[in-house]
Amino acid sequence: MTKILSVKNLVIKFHTFDGVVHALNNVSFDLQKGETLAIVGESGSGKSVSMLSLLHLLPMPPAKIENGEAWFYGAGKEPVDLLKLNRSGISKIRGGKIGFIFQDALSALNPVMTIGRQISESTMEHLGLSHAKAKEKTIKLLDRVGIPGARQRYDNFPHQFSGGMRQRVMIAVSMACNPKIVIADEPTTALDVTVQAQIVDLTKELQKEFKIAVVWITHDLGVVAGMADRVLVMYAGAPVEIAEAQDLYANPQHPYTIGLMNALPSVKGHEDSRLTSIDGMPPDLMEEPHHCQFAWRCPYTFDRCWKEIPQQIMVGENHVVSCFFDVENRRPRGHV
Amino acid sequence: MQRYILSRLIQSFIMLVGVLFIVFFMLQLTGDPVALMVSRNASPEQVEELREELGFNRPVMVQFADFVSKAVRGDFGMSLRHHQPAMELILERLPATVELASMALLFAMVVGIPLGLLGGSNPGSIWDTLARGAGLIGQTIPNFWLALILIMVFAVGLGWFPSFGRETRQFMGLALPTKSVILPAFALGLFTMGQLVRFTRSAVLEIKNEDFVRTAYSKGLADRRIYIKHILRNAAIPLISILGVQFGYLLSGSIYIETIFSWPGLGNLLAESIGNRDFALVQAIAFFTSLVVVSLNLTADIAYGMADPRIRYGE
Ligand SMILES: Nc1ncnc2c1ncn2[C@@H]1O[C@H](COP(=O)(O)OP(=O)(O)OP(=O)(O)O)[C@@H](O)[C@H]1O
Ligand SMILES: [Mg+2]
Repeated sequence: MTKILSVKNLVIKFHTFDGVVHALNNVSFDLQKGETLAIVGESGSGKSVSMLSLLHLLPMPPAKIENGEAWFYGAGKEPVDLLKLNRSGISKIRGGKIGFIFQDALSALNPVMTIGRQISESTMEHLGLSHAKAKEKTIKLLDRVGIPGARQRYDNFPHQFSGGMRQRVMIAVSMACNPKIVIADEPTTALDVTVQAQIVDLTKELQKEFKIAVVWITHDLGVVAGMADRVLVMYAGAPVEIAEAQDLYANPQHPYTIGLMNALPSVKGHEDSRLTSIDGMPPDLMEEPHHCQFAWRCPYTFDRCWKEIPQQIMVGENHVVSCFFDVENRRPRGHV
Repeated sequence: MQRYILSRLIQSFIMLVGVLFIVFFMLQLTGDPVALMVSRNASPEQVEELREELGFNRPVMVQFADFVSKAVRGDFGMSLRHHQPAMELILERLPATVELASMALLFAMVVGIPLGLLGGSNPGSIWDTLARGAGLIGQTIPNFWLALILIMVFAVGLGWFPSFGRETRQFMGLALPTKSVILPAFALGLFTMGQLVRFTRSAVLEIKNEDFVRTAYSKGLADRRIYIKHILRNAAIPLISILGVQFGYLLSGSIYIETIFSWPGLGNLLAESIGNRDFALVQAIAFFTSLVVVSLNLTADIAYGMADPRIRYGE
């Protein structure tokens, strides 16, 4: 396995009128070529912010990147730190190397531009295609993502498509320039269950075909089980556990992950497998964290949990957890 | 789209009927029109005779029906002062007003839209300060006052422009504008310019935060393309309605400016006809102006529908 992206110690704050929102506190993770990494976590845990920041898509201000690196290995021989790129540097990455699929395709597509143009404009920008070539490529792509009558549909507007078809268009937008990574931010939330499954399958197919690494942000652990190679669990602006999907389900280490798994209905893929049923509330992000952010809701806390912020600890091959307590053996982990 | 156009057509029609009604009763409200037409020492018999001749002795509803049936054929009667059909006078003066209004609109668009776009795309920048300043000035400076200042500075003081009147240049049968239109067009267009700056700026600020703009950025498009093809293209749809309304305002609202600059247009004719109590002419101008405004709004509405695919391809 080779890395395509390596994010290190990412810290992002929002400086708002009400105060400072500590949206991301020290996020580190790797993404491997061609894999699917799912990011799960409650609303407000920082899933979208962590991904949008990589492409400089956060409104700055109020957002400010206080610390961190994001090494991308897919733009030439040398890795580049995405966070340090200038405007033209990041423009080449956006769409060209890293594509984005947004949640609600109706609002994420320009209502007054044909969907064909919305795809071909990015191939013209990145691949330098002529109008005619871009159009042909777009029609092929529309066909590939399962739009019937792609040639006629090229000139249609977003409102003329159903929700599922629009999300297929969105997928085509994100993959138009053969990117190395596609980030999908809750791409199925707005869709009904059968359509959700089709979108998941389509993404998996295209990912194999074009060898794309996919970051799939979701609330839905059911979807995760079916499609992810690895899972990153976010809590209050930091990853609390990263593991291979099977490993995570079989052997969750962080008390938060364990809580999530227990809250899952026993039937896998049940549509109600959302992350809602752990007691307590996520912490106020206006407070600067000085200790484990899960301590308030954690059944296993001891004094250290209220004094330090846990660092990532390797607990197995490809399995890291940020917790001082070894739940399995009912004792604090040794100093690492 | 057809239903959309049909509903706009019906609305416009109802508007015009209302206008005819008001224009007709406007005359009745001023008291006895015949008394104003005759000399002060005319005998009651002479007054009565004229009343009969002009049909003012008939019941009001009959007069109204007669008025409407003539009005739809463009017949508003003779101007008492000019002894010429009112409609003919209007058509004679129309080109001057159209020239002035078009030039004013052109100025307002060329300055207002780009300035609004620049201001909205860089809030807090020097462009934004300029845009907000221009919006404020356009809305607060009265145009008749501005007209006087312009005449004092640029016509009387510097002598760069004529201070009154309209000159045209003949070219292939067309009467082209000359620099005589510049000062009146500037004075007239300033308000519209302010409106366009303000509207474009706030539309850009709003549209900038839409999800599809973030998508456009996520595709790595150049800023220029994002602002023109995505943001301005979306702002253009409501802008079309504003332009229609503003052009109507410019065509009908130039009474001060035309009077101050002695511009031989409709506004000037209206001022003169009011002064002369030339009722046929006042009625004709009032109706004609409303007709122009209503048709412009209708055109703008239809153009709006054409520009917005959600309406064009709607049911
Ligand atoms: N523009 C902003 N201004 C202030 N705070 C913001 C802004 N955008 C995000 N945040 C804050 O950053 C935190 C993380 O937000 P983010 O959108 O990443 O959450 P998320 O995990 O994607 O949640 P969801 O599942 O609801 O999409 C939240 O607490 C949110 O309030
Ligand atoms: Mg989100």
